[in-house]
Amino acid sequence: MMMDRWLYLMLLPGVIFFLLFKYGPMWGIVIAFQDYSPFLGMTGSEWVGMKHFHRLFTDPTFFMLLKNTLLLSLLNIALVFPMPIIFALMLNEVRTAKFKRIIQTLIYIPHFMSWVIIVGIFYVIFEMQDGVFQEVMASIGLQKFTIMMDPDLLRPMYVLQSIWKDTGWGTIIYLAALAGVDPQLYEAARMDGASRMRQVWHITLPCIRSTIIILLILKIGDILELGFEHMFLLLNPLNRGVAEIFDTYVYTSGIVQGAFSYSTAVGLFKSFVGLVLVLAANKLSKKFGEEGII
Amino acid sequence: MKHRHTFPGRIFDYLNITVLSLFALAATIPFVHIVATSFASEREILTKDFVLFPTDFSLNAYQIIFANDRIVHSLLVTAFITAAGTLINIVATSIMAYPLSRKDLIGRKPLMMMILFTMLFGGGMIPTFLLIKVLGLMNSYWSLLLPGAISVFNLIILKNFFQQMPDGLEESAKIDGANDLVILFRLVLPLSLPALATFSLFYAVGHWNTFMPAVLYINDPDKWPIQVLLRNIVMLSQGWLDNPEAAAEQAVSPETVKMAVITVATLPILCVYPFLQKHFAKGVMLGSVKG
Repeated sequence: MMMDRWLYLMLLPGVIFFLLFKYGPMWGIVIAFQDYSPFLGMTGSEWVGMKHFHRLFTDPTFFMLLKNTLLLSLLNIALVFPMPIIFALMLNEVRTAKFKRIIQTLIYIPHFMSWVIIVGIFYVIFEMQDGVFQEVMASIGLQKFTIMMDPDLLRPMYVLQSIWKDTGWGTIIYLAALAGVDPQLYEAARMDGASRMRQVWHITLPCIRSTIIILLILKIGDILELGFEHMFLLLNPLNRGVAEIFDTYVYTSGIVQGAFSYSTAVGLFKSFVGLVLVLAANKLSKKFGEEGII
Repeated sequence: MKHRHTFPGRIFDYLNITVLSLFALAATIPFVHIVATSFASEREILTKDFVLFPTDFSLNAYQIIFANDRIVHSLLVTAFITAAGTLINIVATSIMAYPLSRKDLIGRKPLMMMILFTMLFGGGMIPTFLLIKVLGLMNSYWSLLLPGAISVFNLIILKNFFQQMPDGLEESAKIDGANDLVILFRLVLPLSLPALATFSLFYAVGHWNTFMPAVLYINDPDKWPIQVLLRNIVMLSQGWLDNPEAAAEQAVSPETVKMAVITVATLPILCVYPFLQKHFAKGVMLGSVKG
């Protein structure tokens, strides 16, 4: 022990960090079972049991939030998740190393921009009255219209922006998996007369199956966790009915309106469902003979 | 490579290359358009005789931006947060990763469990917000620097990286009388420079783009980082015209100013990007190794 005293000393700041900033807020969850008042604090506020959860599950807002969150998540899994796989497969078929590198360099770029910048770019391009988009629409005879405010277009916009930001970046991990595929397998398939599409279907895809499944589990765990920033930026009074999700609702009801206990209950419900989903998805993948994440 | 010369094989190649090129263009053109238009003159914006690149250049939008104290100040704030934050991240992550990489350390297992659990579950926004308040960090730059000091993901990658180093290295240093602190800073860290560079750059991009913590914890507009100001200028159309007369005098449309602000907030990252690129593929790969 004495020999390792420096090691324990080095651990100290990190342990304090985790206890304070990661476990501290977990302790704060108790206010979901109180009528928390900032003046009385956590120790002085009155305990009210499941009151806030009861309110949540009987509130019509809950079903709006659940519907909006689940719909966007399903769109995410159905449309955004497969894109990096498709593009990685396509990049893998490119035989010119230089071309491949150029394409990769370009498609990674949007990942490094913040959501503010990305939503901002969409705003400027689509929303500006004299902007490119409105001009093009006018020139093909369509009326000028606003996109960022339209509730019907919120979901397509959300999906489009998500694809735009992270598809390129997402290919990295699949390309790494693809690099590990044994070339002899292709050799053998060619001998048997398999076409390129058949090779992709029977060799490439099965070889990256476990990578796909691990990333899918992570995605499923995040089903109620869409990424707060993105929707926060898209949300406005006009599209609230389709854009309000659990994350943004916690912000509006908690930070803006000061209902600390209630919004903590909403957040806790969300985190708890997320935890259960990860564990369930993980178990399921193990049942199918895959490794899983835990 | 027999298939390359067959007819369907060629069609496949052409189609593949075309689709990939279009996607690469779609990923970059919107930003290029914004940057280009931010340099356009008022006259050309009005006559709209360009689609992607203007020909009549003007720096008026940038003059407005850099004459605006608030924008310049928030750029400086962001630069400071990026530098200080990244330094804190790297020091905090490595001094914790090193002891955890020592397999003989007593208590290592429970500590790792404690760390991994935070990846699965957290307190959420409101309890974190109240914690920051109780700690008295509201409106302080510390609220942007401390809560994210260590990323669990990076910590685990770095721990694995340290573990791969040969044991003999540390033993021989110990015989020479070095303690663990000296070993870490004189021996282990210098040997980990490529990994540290990757992490620094990832952390730095995160700090430069920081938005939500500032919205939550910083109420004082003078302390806003550029991303918060950017949202107010571009999406809420407020905050940039402290001095409307100056803008009118310079003949600049508000839209051009928005584009110029987007450009100024993004370019620093894109300048770092070439240095980042050769490392990050490796960094992501390291991350895919299970701990």
